[in-house]
Amino acid sequence: MKKTLIMTTALLGTAFAANAQEVTVMSWGGAYTKSQVEAYHKPFTAEMGITVNSVDADNPATPIKAQVEAGNVTVDVADVEYSDAVRLCDEGLLVELDHSMLPDAPDGTPAAEDFIEGALTDCAVANIVWSTVMAYNTENNENAPDSIDDFFNLADFPGKRGLRKNAKANLEMALMADGVPADEVYAMLETDEGVDKAFAKLDTIKDEVVWWEAGAQPPQLLADGEVVMSTAYNGRIFNAAVGEGQPFEIVWDGQILDFDLFVIPQGAPNMEEAKKFIAFATDTQRLADQASWISYGPARQSSGALVGLYSDGKTEMAPHMPTAEANLENALVNNFEFWADRDTELNERFNAWLAQ
Amino acid sequence: MADATMGSAPVSDAPERLTTVDGKPLKAALMAAEAKARRRAFFLVLPLLAFVLVTFVAPIGQMLHRSVHNPGFTEHTDLSDGTQTEIMVNLRAWFDANPPGTEPDEAAYAALTADFVVLRELRAQGAVGTRINYEAPGTRSLFTKTARRAERLEAPFKEAILDVDEDWADPKLWQVMRDASSAYTINFYLAAVDLEKNETGEIVSVNENRQVYVLLFQRTLILSLLITFLTFMLGFPIAHLLATLPLKYSNILMIFVLLPFWTSLLVRTTSWIVLLQSQGVVNDTLVASGLVADESRIQMIYNQTGTIVAMTHILLPFMVLPLYSVMRPINPSYVRAARSLGATSWTAFRRIYFPQTVPGIGAGALLVFILAVGYYITPALVGGSDGQLISNLIAFHMTRSLNWSLAAALAALLLFGVLILYWLYDRLVGIDNLKLG
Repeated sequence: MKKTLIMTTALLGTAFAANAQEVTVMSWGGAYTKSQVEAYHKPFTAEMGITVNSVDADNPATPIKAQVEAGNVTVDVADVEYSDAVRLCDEGLLVELDHSMLPDAPDGTPAAEDFIEGALTDCAVANIVWSTVMAYNTENNENAPDSIDDFFNLADFPGKRGLRKNAKANLEMALMADGVPADEVYAMLETDEGVDKAFAKLDTIKDEVVWWEAGAQPPQLLADGEVVMSTAYNGRIFNAAVGEGQPFEIVWDGQILDFDLFVIPQGAPNMEEAKKFIAFATDTQRLADQASWISYGPARQSSGALVGLYSDGKTEMAPHMPTAEANLENALVNNFEFWADRDTELNERFNAWLAQ
Repeated sequence: MADATMGSAPVSDAPERLTTVDGKPLKAALMAAEAKARRRAFFLVLPLLAFVLVTFVAPIGQMLHRSVHNPGFTEHTDLSDGTQTEIMVNLRAWFDANPPGTEPDEAAYAALTADFVVLRELRAQGAVGTRINYEAPGTRSLFTKTARRAERLEAPFKEAILDVDEDWADPKLWQVMRDASSAYTINFYLAAVDLEKNETGEIVSVNENRQVYVLLFQRTLILSLLITFLTFMLGFPIAHLLATLPLKYSNILMIFVLLPFWTSLLVRTTSWIVLLQSQGVVNDTLVASGLVADESRIQMIYNQTGTIVAMTHILLPFMVLPLYSVMRPINPSYVRAARSLGATSWTAFRRIYFPQTVPGIGAGALLVFILAVGYYITPALVGGSDGQLISNLIAFHMTRSLNWSLAAALAALLLFGVLILYWLYDRLVGIDNLKLG
């Protein structure tokens, strides 16, 4: 009798443990995490019965590195930028992913072909395409700026500018405003003269720049009239403009596209669930769903057609996506290899330039 | 303890020793009892000691070690199972056999190729490239690119590798690799004071457009001293007022000092942004009163002024509270006595009152200065480009560039700087003269 009791308890115990599956996902917080919770986490729990714990960090790449190196990993899936995904993978901090685990598109196109070029790497699967754009407040500009050149044109567009406090994106925009075609920007930045040229262009507006660091700052600076135009993440401007009715406009000329990708750190406690989560969250429908919460483009081609209305139920999302045809006329795709290699060097130069 | 020993000393010299009831010598019994008390006391502080060791001493020690030790070029740890493998064995052997400055020959390139085959198997090329990239910027891609083709490289290896990328011939790169082949290095400290080794191993200044750390150390020191001085100038009258008013008034005024102290740091910093920004309250008032034209609003935030104003305000309570606690018990009759003996009010203040407040000034100044030296959030938010402090760059290397060795070296220099100032303070003012409350 007693033995049976122990047996059943043990069985129940394992059954219970099997039911209490969970996966911990680390992302960037704010409106972005909210879009992921709505589009990925809730349906995942409903369908798979696996609880999703959502945690936030300023940049998930940093805690991941610390956790893996300390051998105490608590995160199963992290959402990181492209150059970080490549760098962490090269350093052996991430689990290599088998792309065959990813579901095909509804029309049968294999995942490897369905994802946008570059969206799949050895250790990472992209979920969104976001971009750094230039935005302005229509109430504080007499003339509407319509190109990246206008950002550096203090004579016709007087007033303060907001720029992100790092080298990435600023150097590219400076060169594009200097007349360098988008497809030659990175070749030019490989040379010392190209970097000098970019800094020289930034010098022309240095005294008029208000530097921002958190993604929430540019909408605030624009709303306060503290700057007349600013670079920003397109989703934040969209949410402020459409969600909160701010008089903001995005200038898509000279936008710089980048991916956010899901990765699994080495030693993740729930490896199998993590893989299931990534496969689930990056399927065609989920990626399309996420786009109804924030204006970041899905990383699958087949999701594009399914993107519908914003969560307010009336705004058509497609034209607000960085990947919309009309917005891509003069766009630059962030060169992750360039930044994985040169980030340290150029940011040191940038910090020195800033402090002088 | 000392008293007990001395007290019993003459007794123990006597031939007849004093003993306790059960026959033990009194001295030994006393020692045993005291040892027991000491043990009990030790057990009481044990949790604190363990806490300090685990959360303070160990991490700081580890960080300091990291600032001189980076095995990125000598050892690879497989993070999935924790096995450690020696890497770059062949190249390091070549470095050992050839003196610094030797032109890399075919043997060197052959060693490099053999090491790359190992790196490829271990997937270690990224970590190795990152390590070298710290000191020879822009070389990380050489490692990842060459490792991808490592198995296809054939003799003559020099030609084959230069064919992959001619940057491999750069003597600076070879100097960096030679240096990195020992895990212990002072190069991160050199980098932290804007120095580097050139291709022949001499220590030289880095290119002018990359010099930043010395400038920021200086700025941090100057701004911290200025902020300490400002908090003293503002805090002294406040503390004096609080200390001399009757309690029922001073307690109410004290709330005004403590209320900001209890408010979140971020709230106080952003309040200053609201007040000082060019469309902010102060500028609006100035424009409305006609003192400043609308198009020439004063820039008071996102620059050094913003950092100084916000940090002075935030650190003010750390000056006021120690000053107050020292001033409160000062007997007013001393000053009255001085006045009655013919001193002017200034002399009475200078010769009688002020010297009694020095312990409070010392404590307040030390607190404010040490907090200011490590301040990070406020300058990051309101400092703009020229209001950044060294801690902002330490944070940058901790969280963005992930170059922890350099961050550790910068932090260690800051720590040593503060310790030297503390030592100077002890020599000049005396640490016994410190009164925190």
